Amino acid sequence: MSDVPLVIPPDASDSLAVLEKQRSTAETFGIPLAVLLEITHRCPLQCPYCSNPVELDRAGKELTTDEWKKVLSELAEIGVLQVHFSGGEPTARKDLVELVKHASDVDLYTNLITSAVLLTREKLGELADAGLCHVQISFQGIEEGLADRVAGYKGGHRKKLEVAKWTRELDLPLTVNAVMHRQNLHQLPDIIQRSVDLDADRLEVANVQYYGWALKNRAALMPTVAQLDECTRTVEEARERLKGRLTIDYVVPDYYALRPKKCMGGWGRQFFNISPAGKVLPCHAAESITGLDFLSVRSNHSIAWIWQNSEAFNRYRGTGWMKEPCKSCEFREIDFGGCRCQAFALTGDAANTDPACALSPLHETIFKQAEAEAEGETNRFLYRNFASGTLESENGG
Amino acid sequence: MAGPRNISVSEASRPVLPRHAKLKYDETRKVWVILAPERVLAPDEIAVEVLQLCDGKRSVGEVSDQLAAKYAAPREAILTDVIAMLQDLADKGFLTEIREKTP
Repeated sequence: MSDVPLVIPPDASDSLAVLEKQRSTAETFGIPLAVLLEITHRCPLQCPYCSNPVELDRAGKELTTDEWKKVLSELAEIGVLQVHFSGGEPTARKDLVELVKHASDVDLYTNLITSAVLLTREKLGELADAGLCHVQISFQGIEEGLADRVAGYKGGHRKKLEVAKWTRELDLPLTVNAVMHRQNLHQLPDIIQRSVDLDADRLEVANVQYYGWALKNRAALMPTVAQLDECTRTVEEARERLKGRLTIDYVVPDYYALRPKKCMGGWGRQFFNISPAGKVLPCHAAESITGLDFLSVRSNHSIAWIWQNSEAFNRYRGTGWMKEPCKSCEFREIDFGGCRCQAFALTGDAANTDPACALSPLHETIFKQAEAEAEGETNRFLYRNFASGTLESENGG
Repeated sequence: MAGPRNISVSEASRPVLPRHAKLKYDETRKVWVILAPERVLAPDEIAVEVLQLCDGKRSVGEVSDQLAAKYAAPREAILTDVIAMLQDLADKGFLTEIREKTP
């Protein structure tokens, strides 16, 4: 049986072809199976590696309840099968239960991607009754000292453990999402064990990807090569040991790789997300690339039209946009030149080869820089917020 | 709570898809799919037929009996294939043995 992972994919597998077998994805771009809905950028946590853009959408710009419902109906109609309610913190929206109910009514499979700190047992019960299919809770570490420090939120870790328990009591499947970096990688074995103890079905071991907030915090987060090797060994051993008990999805950081990741499965090939303000984006970091005009669901175009025809989606689709060394590279349809956001952030041009690729002229420099930062002593975070970030105080917090 | 972990599928098992794995016909792509957390699985025709029979009441043996009769095929071969397919699904965490409340 083929298995198409829908993890917000820094490194998506391409078995989508199974579901698209009558067409070549090189010719047409079928509607993605799953869509990420970032329904708000508001969040009580301040994680320094947040995947939201540095320029956050304020509450006043968010789509209304009716607008989101219309989006959900439209997504179901064009063939999307799953939606991820994400953010920011999706439970910060008062209409979340109503939105989940509507998604269920139009037969969408619903995932909640949450920090959990705002949830009550009652609210979680209402979400389950509304048809919620799956809950993913992020953890920042294994004990509250470090976890609450990373999240910039006192008492958060304890609350997450409580909500994880309620999730299983309500018979909802649980995914533990653990974002890993230099300051918490040593806790990975305990995080794996805790996931088993929490009766989670799935664990995402997601090494930080360095754009946006995480790029600003790279010196405080970048793991050493040795840490990363140890992490991979730990994951491989646990996967074997916990087969059938806990599924572990593993996202590696790409700075130390020779080949870049096939980011988003290729730009505009199998993924899009919708921002709080309704912009339809090829990836959640896409707005960091300047000079692209992303259309909104509030425009007079349908979502399917935006996906198929908009300039922003077509700009880096396929291989036609490539320059050397991508253009003549034998891997160009394997990795599509890596990540456009990373190429833009590190080289100033999104059409350049992602410096994570060994063929990029910048690869060596960036690898060395990452290595040096990983060995450095800079552990202070720049916390994520609407005010362009706040630097952690000298004594933490 | 969800069903037991580490399910070992045998002739006597009475498996069923858990609440979070939904078998559905995808009208857009004209294929059957199993929707699961962060996954879409594409079962083949035989798998779909087996899963439609797996209701938590029928045993794997009974499912195999039905398919053997329907296709006039050797039961032992069918049983082996059915167990292998269900075990694969169980190993991925998308099969349980306890009838759960429906959402």
